[in-house]
Parts: sequence; structure tokens; C-alpha cells
Amino acid sequence: MKLLVTFSRKKGRKPIIAQVVRDTGVLINVERAIIDSSEGEALIDVPDDQCQLVRDTMISLGANVHLLEHGISVNESECVDCGACISICPREVFSLDSDFKLKLAEEKCVLCGKCIEACPQQALMLPL
Amino acid sequence: MHKSIDQINERIRDGTARVVTAEEMPAIVAELGELGALKEVDVVTTGTFGAMCSSGAFLNFGHAEPPIRMERIWLNNVEAYGGLAAVDTYIGATQQSDTLEEQYGGAHVIEDLVAGKSVELRASSRGTDCYPRRTITTDLLLEHFNQAIMCNPRNAYQRYNAATNSTDRVLHTYMGVLLPNCGNISYSGAGVLNPLSNDPKLRLIGSGVPIFLCGAQGMVIGEGTQHSPAGGFGTLMVTGDLKEMSQDYLRAATMTGYGVTLYVGLGIPLPVLDLDVVRATAVRDTDISVDLLDYGVPSRNRPALRKVTYADLRSGVVEINGEEVRTSSLSSFRKARQVAGELKHWVETGNMQLTLPTRLIDSKKPVKPMHQSVKGPRVLDIMDRQVVSIGQDEEITTAAKKLLKGDTNHLPVINKDNILVGIVTTFDVSKAVANPGKAHLVRDIMKKKVITTTPDEAVDIAVQKLEKNNISALPVVDGGHHVVAMLTAIDLGKLFGGRWLK
Repeated sequence: MKLLVTFSRKKGRKPIIAQVVRDTGVLINVERAIIDSSEGEALIDVPDDQCQLVRDTMISLGANVHLLEHGISVNESECVDCGACISICPREVFSLDSDFKLKLAEEKCVLCGKCIEACPQQALMLPL
Repeated sequence: MHKSIDQINERIRDGTARVVTAEEMPAIVAELGELGALKEVDVVTTGTFGAMCSSGAFLNFGHAEPPIRMERIWLNNVEAYGGLAAVDTYIGATQQSDTLEEQYGGAHVIEDLVAGKSVELRASSRGTDCYPRRTITTDLLLEHFNQAIMCNPRNAYQRYNAATNSTDRVLHTYMGVLLPNCGNISYSGAGVLNPLSNDPKLRLIGSGVPIFLCGAQGMVIGEGTQHSPAGGFGTLMVTGDLKEMSQDYLRAATMTGYGVTLYVGLGIPLPVLDLDVVRATAVRDTDISVDLLDYGVPSRNRPALRKVTYADLRSGVVEINGEEVRTSSLSSFRKARQVAGELKHWVETGNMQLTLPTRLIDSKKPVKPMHQSVKGPRVLDIMDRQVVSIGQDEEITTAAKKLLKGDTNHLPVINKDNILVGIVTTFDVSKAVANPGKAHLVRDIMKKKVITTTPDEAVDIAVQKLEKNNISALPVVDGGHHVVAMLTAIDLGKLFGGRWLK
């Protein structure tokens, strides 16, 4: 499952992710992270059965954790099934099915948003 | 064997005509043979759905009371042409909103009208004895126009070259987002379903021929602008009534960082008159090839990296120099199929009969580039030939002295063979002097990746290099990578007040 972790770095620079890995023993996959001097945001992938443990530990260390149930979504009434997004996506989320209709493998999405500006019809949206 | 257009129309009226799409035709010809296919099939329908920038509509508003001769005209803040007398205008698809820029444009105005939304007209005039009114503002629906006639100067490209980008930065083009280092390939066109690819000799497609245009029954006017059938890049000028169009086949779009365009659905039914028509409509994606062009080269003549067919492009992956690169289509093959399918339904149910061209379109002419009577400025016209350079093994303090004495902020760095190997700026040198560390030589602090220009390069291209890289000087190099001059932001000032601004 994918978790969006946000944390403030004002009260010192605690290595939250490293500490969670050590404390829980869960091997966290960091899919994407933006960390600057004052705050950080990381998208992590954890096994389903250990999601709650990781989440609780993160929260106890002062992070905000948001469970991401959805990846990028497509507005069907705007999409014309061109496929401009297909080659832009670094995770191969998009493809055309046998009827040349756009198909999404939502679970692969890391919410980088690169496809959004590539869509001529403005049909793609990030959740949240 | 030959079938006449009258025979085919009689079958359409009877409801007995055999109509197939251009996608179905190759298999039919393979199964029945050419003669069998000619006997069996009466009409082949084609279709395409993609970005067609050269599109727009003529609109007539009717007269206001008191009347106005509109000179400047805006629809939802998108300027429309004001040179067509009192209350006519032409709204072009790519014209951008004065307020929303690339998020809204002429294409969106057209789509909003077709979708039944109201559009605000704002116009101004000098006022004349016969047209005293000076300004007008009113909200209009499509039904309020006397005429709303789509008229597209250049649609239905026979095929289109595919695009990639060899530079190290993302490009935003009319071919969409092109990732750096040939990270993706973008293409456009319906291939096997494309109207002109199924009639490359232009025997059937010409003036007066009925077409499907954005859901309406439209017509071919004649050859499109930039029509270049000699190279396999024919185009069509087409028209249709906006009031009969559907949003299903007409969509405004924005290519981020490039601008507004209109997605147009266009299909042409082709009467199967003889064996030549059978052969032409048996075309497959594998038969239609285009060049894969490098859009990283900002020139009219972009280099071709290789040839690709529509079958290659549609497979999702094309090889460039041994690496597999993913492809993206900008046009929708699914929608193109829907256009060809809808057109098939029209003909099968007798809602559209066919005609042969009242005037044929030239099938051999090439397109010419622009005649330029005045050449734009080149780098050699404004570059500074006084070059102060420094050797890579010299001391940083020497660089500091040269910067002071040379009255410059940039020092190109050269090796012992006088070849450009780096660049240092006042900033680099100041930083090294302020934080004395291990670095003593110019080579320790120079930037090795130098953006350069050449004497022959157009100043516009050099300016874009300065802008995109956020730098203020370019070494001008010859073929051997020797620095022959510098081009700095200061040199650009020579363009103003000089002979280039008349």
C-alpha cells in the first residue's frame, strides 16, 4: 500500500523513515521524496499486512500519514484516448487496450504528476 | 470491371450498398482478391481524429440596433478577425485568450458554442455615418448566429513525421511533451484509416466531395494550405456547419508550453469504382512510413533519425540507435475508428450519397519554403570578436586579473591546442577567491559543459539558448571548436537602433 508521509523538520532533523525501518523491521520502498530545509514529503510503498504498523510508528514520531488508495485518475468525458500520456509516464501506468481505449494500472502510479501537463485534453487528475 | 458513381449511389439509396471501413479493407482484399473485393465492396470509409491547428469558423452575428461595423472583436476574450465588414468574423482555433492565455483559446470558443454554452461577444468600432454604434457586448448561443461555418484551411494531413528530442532538456512542442535524450517518441495520424493515405493519387478526394466533419455533413473545398502530395504530405481545406457538429468529434486542447489547438474528427467515404481504388484502399499501417525527426534541432530542416511505419509507431516501442523508446500518439485511433464507423452508418442508411470531385486536386505539387527577401540577423553580425580567454592550467588569480582587465564577466577556457574546454565566470572566480580551498587552477573551477553558438546561427536561436539555460554569454566557435568570438547579452543591444529594426 502507498502512504504519503509529511513531516516538519523544524524541531531538528530526525531521520524518521530510517527510524521506522529500524524499529519495525519493515523494508520501506521510497517511491518519491521531496525534502527541503523546513519540511518533507515522501511517498512510500509498504506491504499490505504491515501498513498499519508502519503508519502508527510514523505518527508516533510526529509525521502525518495519509493512506493513498488511488493513483492518477482520468476524466472519461474529457479523455479522447489519444495516448499522449503513455510514453511520458516513468512507471508505465498507461496503455491502450485492444479497442484502443486508454487503460490505467493505477497501482503502479507514484503520483509524480508528469502526465498531467502532457495531456492535451486536461483529463488527468491527482487525488487529494 | 468498372462501377459508376451512379450505380453506387443507387445501391446506397436501395440500402444494398456494401460499406466497409478502410481498416477492414486490407483483409477483404486478401481474402477475395482485388477483383472479388471490387465486386463485393461499394464504399470504403476513412476517418481521423487529431490536433488540427489550422482550423476555425466564420461567424455572422446579424445587425445590432443601432448598427455597428465591428473592427476589433473578442469572443470570451479571444480576439477574432475584424477585417470582414460589419458583423462577420473568423475565429481561429489557435488564437489565445487575452486573460487565460494557453488555457483557453479560439478552439475552446468553438467547442463551447457546439456544447450549447453561451459566449460573450465584445466589439468596438470607430463609428461611421451608416454604422454609428461604437461598442457592443452581448452573450450569444450558437443558435443566435445566422451562420456559424467551420472552415479549416489545413486539415487531414496524409501522414505526419514522428518526433523525438535528442537534447538534454524537456521540449514543449505541438507534437506534445518530448522527453530529453530521445526519452520518448510522439506521432500523429490514423495511418490505415487516414483519408488521403487511401487515395494518394487524389482521384476521389477533391472539391465538392461530401465528408464527415466533427459530426456534421461537410465538404472538401479543395487543396489545403501547405498541400505537398509530392512528398506524401497532402492536406485538405474543408468546411461544415458548426450548428450540426458534436462535441464527440470536436475538442479544444492545450499543448502545454506550446498553445491551443483543436482536435477535429474528419472522415471521407470513397466509392470503389475500379481496381485502382481497391489497391489504394488496401493500404496497411506497414505500408505508410514517415521520418522520425529530431525536434531538438530548431530548424525548418530537422534531421531524420530513421524511417518508421505507422505499424512500428502503434506497436508502442521503436528502436533508436539500439535503444527501445516508447511511443505516444497525439491523435486518437479509437476516435478515428468511431468517425469511420459513423460514416459507414451514414452511407449504409442512405444518409450520405457520394459524388466525384467537381475539381481535382493536384496530386504532384511540392510545398515551397518561405521566400525571405531579408535575412534575419546572424550571430556574426553582432558578436564581439575581442576574445579574452584563459588556459585551463593557469592560476585562478590570473583569471581574476583577466576578468578585471578584459572588462568581461566570462572567460572561455582553452587547452594547449586552443580548443574550448570550459568556461569560468566572475562568480566562479569570486567564489574560489572568497573560499580558498584546494582549487588553484582554472581547470578546478571551470564549468566543463559549455553552451556554444556559431557565427552562422540565427540570433533568435542563440537568444533561446541564453534564455533556456539562464546564462548571459555564449562562446562563438568554429568547426574545430576554437573560440572565434563571444556573444553576450550586451551584444544583443546592437539589434536595437541598428539596421535590423527598420
